[in-house]
Amino acid sequence: MSDTVPVRISVNGKMREAEVEPRLLLVHFLRENLGLTGTHVGCDTSQCGACTVHLDGSSAKSCTVFAVQADGSKVTTIEGVANGDNLHRVQEGFWEEHGLQCGYCTPGMIMSAINLLGENAQPTELEIREGISGNLCRCTGYQHIVNAVQHAAGQRG
Amino acid sequence: MTTIDRPVLPKLVGARIKRREDPRLIQGRATYVDDIKLPGMLHMAFKRSDIAHGRIASIDTSAAEEMPGVELVITGARLAEFLGPMPIGTPFPSPDHHSIATDTVRYQGEPVAVVVATDRYLARDAADAIVVAFEPLPAVVDVEKAMQAQPTTIHAAFENNLAVPYVPGGTGVDAVAGTVDNSAIDKAFADAEVVISQRMVNHRLAPNAMEPRGVVAHYEPGKDYMTIWSSTQNPHILKTFIALMNGMGDHQVRAIAPEVGGGFGCKINIYGEEYTATALSKKLGVPIKWIEDRSEAFMATTHGRDILCYIDVAAKRDGKVLGVKMKLIADIGAYNMLLTAAIPTLTMLMCNGTYDIPAIRVELTEVFTNKMPTDAYRGAGRPEATYFLERAMDMLARELKMDPAELRRINFIQPDQFPYATQMGAVYDSGDYEKALDMGLSLANWNGLKAEQERMRADGRVVGLGLAFYVEVCGLGPSSSLPTGGWEHAGVTIERGGKITATTGSSPHGQGNETTFAQMLGDQFGVPIEDVTILHGDTGVVKQGIGTFGSRSQAVGGTVLALAGDKVKTKMAKFAAAMMDAAEEDLVFENGQIYVKGSPGTGKSFAEVAAYAYVPVPLPPGLEPGLSDEAFWEPENNTYPFGCHIAMLEIDRDTGEPKLLKMIAIDDCGNVINPMIVEGQVHGGLAQGIGQALIEEVVYDEDGQLITGSFMDYAMPRATDFPRFEMDRTTTPTPVNPLGAKGVGEAGTLGSTPCIVNAAVDALSPYGVKHIDMMLRPEKLWRIINEGAQA
Repeated sequence: MSDTVPVRISVNGKMREAEVEPRLLLVHFLRENLGLTGTHVGCDTSQCGACTVHLDGSSAKSCTVFAVQADGSKVTTIEGVANGDNLHRVQEGFWEEHGLQCGYCTPGMIMSAINLLGENAQPTELEIREGISGNLCRCTGYQHIVNAVQHAAGQRG
Repeated sequence: MTTIDRPVLPKLVGARIKRREDPRLIQGRATYVDDIKLPGMLHMAFKRSDIAHGRIASIDTSAAEEMPGVELVITGARLAEFLGPMPIGTPFPSPDHHSIATDTVRYQGEPVAVVVATDRYLARDAADAIVVAFEPLPAVVDVEKAMQAQPTTIHAAFENNLAVPYVPGGTGVDAVAGTVDNSAIDKAFADAEVVISQRMVNHRLAPNAMEPRGVVAHYEPGKDYMTIWSSTQNPHILKTFIALMNGMGDHQVRAIAPEVGGGFGCKINIYGEEYTATALSKKLGVPIKWIEDRSEAFMATTHGRDILCYIDVAAKRDGKVLGVKMKLIADIGAYNMLLTAAIPTLTMLMCNGTYDIPAIRVELTEVFTNKMPTDAYRGAGRPEATYFLERAMDMLARELKMDPAELRRINFIQPDQFPYATQMGAVYDSGDYEKALDMGLSLANWNGLKAEQERMRADGRVVGLGLAFYVEVCGLGPSSSLPTGGWEHAGVTIERGGKITATTGSSPHGQGNETTFAQMLGDQFGVPIEDVTILHGDTGVVKQGIGTFGSRSQAVGGTVLALAGDKVKTKMAKFAAAMMDAAEEDLVFENGQIYVKGSPGTGKSFAEVAAYAYVPVPLPPGLEPGLSDEAFWEPENNTYPFGCHIAMLEIDRDTGEPKLLKMIAIDDCGNVINPMIVEGQVHGGLAQGIGQALIEEVVYDEDGQLITGSFMDYAMPRATDFPRFEMDRTTTPTPVNPLGAKGVGEAGTLGSTPCIVNAAVDALSPYGVKHIDMMLRPEKLWRIINEGAQA
C-alpha cells in the first residue's frame, strides 16, 4: 500500500499539500498529517459524529471521507471556528450552558450545531434535537447541548 | 496597611460557575491519549478471536512478520514467557487470565496475538494477515444452563461454571460464623397475606464512553523507568498494577491520565492491552501506542449489569412489606476482571432499598459464560438492586390496587430512624424519603398526570405512568469496603506569588473537578477562582490517589482537599499573625486579604503573606518556611443518596414503539458545590438509565457471537430519544463528611430504568401484563397489543 497520491486541501484557510495513501481517511489526514487533533474518532461505522468537520461549507463525517476525495476542497475543523481569541457563538453557548462534560464528542457536536444554525437560524427544540441526532454524546443526556444551541441562537436569556 | 481595592468576592460554593475545563475542550485544544506522539513511537494492533470458545490449534504469523515496517509479532504463549496472568482486585478465587490467550479463547474478541509496527494502518494490516486455526468448543451463553455445566465447563477448576457458588446475605446471616438462620424470613412469608413472585432480568449493557480506550507506553531503558499514558479513571491504581506486572517497583512507573473522554466504570479496570503495551515497550525500548476501535470496545471493554433475579415479596393486604427474598444470578462473562466479582455484591448490599423491611434473604451466585467479562458500569450493582425491588414494589401495588406512591410511603424508613442499619449490613447515613416523594409527585403533578392518562386512554392511546424510588451507596470507602483503599489524597500549595496550586487523587473524566474543587479552595482562602489551579491525573504530580468511581469525587476527594487546605491555611494564618502582630485565631481570609476580624479595611494582601512565608525574615518561632501541605482522609461510612423518578410513557399502537413523554427526577445528593454540574450529572445518568429500559442491549447469539458489535446494531441514545427532563432536589446533608456532600454521578441511572418499565407495565396492564423484561423492543410491545402475546 505504498503508492501515494498528491492532495491539495484548504484547511482552516491554509492550503495544505501532501502525498497520501489513497485509503487514508480525511480524519487521519487532519489528525496525523496536520496535527489538528481537535477532530476525534469515536467509532468505525460513521455513527457517532465525533469526527464531524465542515467540507465545502457543510457537515461531513471525516471518517467517511478519504483524504483524496477532499482534494481541492475547503475543510474547516474545530480549530478553525473561533475568530482569534473570540469564540464562535456556538462555542460560547456550550461553555455558558454546560453543554459538555468529558469533551470528546464536543468538537463534532459544535461543528454539527454550527451547520444546523447556518441552515436554520431559529430552530425549535425538536429541530435542534434532530439536527444533532447524528452526533452521539454519552455524558450529558443532550439537554444542556440543546440549551447550548438555543443560547447560540439567542433563544435563552 | 493595605486597603481593599475591589468589591467583595462572590461566594463560589453553591454557585453555577462556568467550567474551567471548557475553553480547551470547545476549541479542540485538549490532549487525549490518541493525541500524544513521541519520537520513535510504534503502533500496536491485536489479532482477536472470532469465535467465543475454542482451543488455539495453530497461529501462523509468517505473512505478518514479512511485511516491511512490522517490528514484532507475538502470540499469547510467547508473551506469557515474560508477562504473567492478570491480577484482580477482589478476594474471590479466579482462573488464570492472560493479556493474550495462551491456548484457549473464551469470548469473541479475546486477543490471540499482537503486532507492533511503524504505522497504525500497517499494524492493522499485519494483524489481519495472522492466520489462526481453532478447535471450536461449545459456547456457554445461557446463564442458567451454564450453572448445570451445559453445554460445557469453561474453566476446569470451576465446577458448573460457578465463579462464586453461593453467598447468602440478609436477616439471620452471620458471615463471620458462616451460619444462616432462616426463622425471620420464613415467618415473614408465613405471615404474608399476599406474595409477589417474579423472574426478572437486568440485562447486559456496553458502557460506550465516547473516547475508546487507549494507551501509550514508554519505557526508557537508560533510566529503567516506565511512563504510561492511559484513558483511565484511576492512574494511581494503574501505576501499581503496571509496576507489579512488569517486575518493577512502583517508584519506577509514572501513570498519566490525560484528558479522558468518559469512563462510566469501564475505565477502572486495568486491561491486557495496557499490560501488553508496557511489556512490549520494555522489551523493545521504544514507545508504543494502542488505540481501541469501537468494534473492539464492544467486544473487549468490560460490559455492565447482566443479573438475573428471582424475587419474592411478602406483604400484608394493607401494603406493609414483611419480607423480601432475592436469588441473584450474575452472568459475569468469561473471566474475573479487576472488580467483576464485587459488583454483584453491591446489588446484594442495596436490596433493602428505601424501606423498613423486617426480613430479607438474598442469595448470590456468579457464573462464567463465553462473553466479555462484566465490571463496573455507571451505578455498578445498585441499579440492578433498585430495578428488582422497585419493579416488585410496583407489582405489589398493582396486586393490592394501591397507588404506587402510597405503597412506598407506608414502607419508607422514617427520618428519625437514621442512621439506619439495614438487613443487608449497610448503615444508611441520612434521609428524608417522604419529602423527596412529595416533591416528585408535586413536580410531576401526579394526580393530574393520572387524569391525563385516563383521557388519553379514552382516545385509544396506550399510555402508562411509572414511579420508582432509589437509594444508592456512594462516596466509597472506607478502606474496609474497598480493596484498593477507601481514602483519597490531596495537596495544597500557596505559591510564592499568592496563587494556589492543588492536587487531587480524584482523576476526573468529565465530572468538572477542576471547577468544583477550585470553587471550594477559592472560598476557603478568600481568593478569586482564577487564582486556583487544580492538577490531577498524573502520578508524577499527584503524590497519591485512588481515583474517580462510585460517585466519590466530591464526598471523599473534595473532603480531603478541604482538609489539606485547612492545614495550609492554619500555617498561613501564623505567618499573617506574625506580620500583623495579631492573634491567628482572630484572622479572616476574604477578598484576597487576611485581616483581623472586625477590621476588613485593614490587613495584608494574600500575596504579601505568601511572599513572606517564602522569605521569612524574621522566621517566626516554631514555623518552617513555605506554604504547602497534604492530607489523606477516608470516611467512616459510605454515603446514601436517594431520589424519586417518575415517567410517562406512550406505546404506539401501530408500531409498538415506546415514546417517553415525561421524565421527572428528584435527586438528593446532600450539599451541592455547583448546581449546574450536578444537573449535568443527573441528565447523563438519566440518559443511560432510560437507554437501558428503552433501546440498549448487548446481545450474544447461541454460539456466543456478539450481535451488537457496533453503533449500527447497538442502539445508543440520541438527542431525539428524550423529552426535556424536569428536575428538582431535596437536600439532606450527610454527617459522614464535613462537606455534607453525598455524590451524584450515578444517581440518574438508579430510578429511571425501573420507573420506565413500571410505566410500560402500567400502559400494558389493560392487556393483562404484570411484568415485562427490558429492553422494551417495539416488536415485543406490538405483539402484546395486537396479538395478545404474553410479556
